Amino acid sequence: MSPHSARIRPRRLSRAFLHRRPTHLAGLTCGLLLCTVLAGCGSPGVGTTGTGSAPATGASPRTGSASAGADLSGTLTVFAAASLKSTFTDLATKFESDHPSSRIRLSFAGSSDLVTQISEGAPADVFASADNANMSKLETASLLAAASANFASNVLTIAVPPGNPAGIGSFKDLGRSGVKVVVCAPQVPCGAAAAKVEQATGSTVKPVSEESSVTDVLGKVSSGEADAGLVYVTDARGAGSKVTAIDFPEAAKAVNTYPIATVAGSPHKELAAAFIALVTGPVGQKVLLAAGFGKP
Amino acid sequence: MRGAGRGHGTITIPLWIWVFAAAGGFFILLPLAAMVTRVNWPQFVPLVTSVPSLTALGLSLRTSAVSTVLCLVLGVPLAMVLARGQFPGQRLLRSLVLLPLVLPPVVGGIALLYTFGRRGLLGSSLSVLGIQITFSTTAVVLAQTFVALPFLVLSLEGSLRSAGTRYEAAAATLGAGPGTVLRRVTLPLVLPGLASGAVLAFARSLGEFGATLTFAGSLEGVTRTLPLEIYLQRETDPDTAVALSLVLVLIAVVIVGLTFRRTTSGLLKSGRTRDA
Repeated sequence: MSPHSARIRPRRLSRAFLHRRPTHLAGLTCGLLLCTVLAGCGSPGVGTTGTGSAPATGASPRTGSASAGADLSGTLTVFAAASLKSTFTDLATKFESDHPSSRIRLSFAGSSDLVTQISEGAPADVFASADNANMSKLETASLLAAASANFASNVLTIAVPPGNPAGIGSFKDLGRSGVKVVVCAPQVPCGAAAAKVEQATGSTVKPVSEESSVTDVLGKVSSGEADAGLVYVTDARGAGSKVTAIDFPEAAKAVNTYPIATVAGSPHKELAAAFIALVTGPVGQKVLLAAGFGKP
Repeated sequence: MRGAGRGHGTITIPLWIWVFAAAGGFFILLPLAAMVTRVNWPQFVPLVTSVPSLTALGLSLRTSAVSTVLCLVLGVPLAMVLARGQFPGQRLLRSLVLLPLVLPPVVGGIALLYTFGRRGLLGSSLSVLGIQITFSTTAVVLAQTFVALPFLVLSLEGSLRSAGTRYEAAAATLGAGPGTVLRRVTLPLVLPGLASGAVLAFARSLGEFGATLTFAGSLEGVTRTLPLEIYLQRETDPDTAVALSLVLVLIAVVIVGLTFRRTTSGLLKSGRTRDA
């Protein structure tokens, strides 16, 4: 048992402090908020594509890249549509090896999520959207440093589980009764594209589920729950052998264009311009085409 | 012992506890307040009474009610066995039953998919019978029950343990059979815990998102519950998303508030009077 005096002391102290509580609270709350804000910057989804390139190995300019890479340094934060994950990860690694004193931090999510984040002040330098609708949201809010540039396009394809159990051969087959089709909801770009194709062909698909993202559609198909799903060509290709893609000519009715732009207020405008140049240039185009993207 | 020496009953809480408690309270309330500031009040009623909103709300309330019943049917025996039974592997079973509490709901959804899905453990037999659970309202209920069951089990098991076995033993000595003891002694005794467990399960079901999205899909009127509707509306219509979020918060506040008030005062009494 503790001695008597030891129990009285804290209480006296607490009474003395009681009058100053508001100041204490305010300080602590501010600190807490700051913590939250800071932690938010390092939240999952934002990752550094660290290639472990040693800083400045000698003063001599690198052979191979003729650009003024030595001058470009700093950390560039790129917000990109989820469908660009593998290609942009590749390109970021390339960029970092071209410009050794630079770092690219990539954050992938649905385009509209990213727009919301940027509108709320997320520190993005470059934004690559999966459609023009989301990019123009930033444009109308004056959140772009310059006009965006289109760098790729994507069309829909029918993804089916391996073996194609429902025997899907064309877009019309999706309307057959008993075929379980999963699409994106019309609110998201892939769903809007699906609706456009439906309108253009005059055929209707009665989906068993309208998902919020392409990934969810792919998941339902690759697990075999759904007989078919409408996804982008690149998504089907990215899923590898888990799904089979059945291209259909009507997909040309809804081509999705991918724009990229520097975000207003970015402190790394030069670095941002260099990254955009890489994406829109021959190197970027080669990587994108290899992943199944089309020309812009 | 602690209070007796000082001459008054209440224990003084150290100041720093107050400070941290206040920070904790702020941490929960501030984001809610921030959300309220973004609500488009002039449009609030039209937004939340649109057909998709009401459909989603109705579906959420219906499925959560069914899930809560399912939780009671499965969870009460489970809690009894865990609290009163004695068998090898009891502690392991308890940890496993509570697993959905700590599991990300998406993982729960994947697990359910591998169980009840078309190619799942049970699903392949079910599909032979022509039953497909995925993409159906049943899938929503299963997802909700999966994530909500531990809340009920945990709450009830705690009540059972703190109630002790004295009254049950006394009843048994006086000749009451196990069934009578359960009905007349055990359940009335733990009624508050049972009620709060059921409410927690209902609230958790109402908020279920990840497992539903993964396992059940999202289709208006069939599987698109209120959280899924909010998630989707956020894409194009943030105003609706915020308005519906507020509705969900209000429902949760009302349910939890009402029941916890009842469990701490009313239910104990009603349990006793019914027993007398």
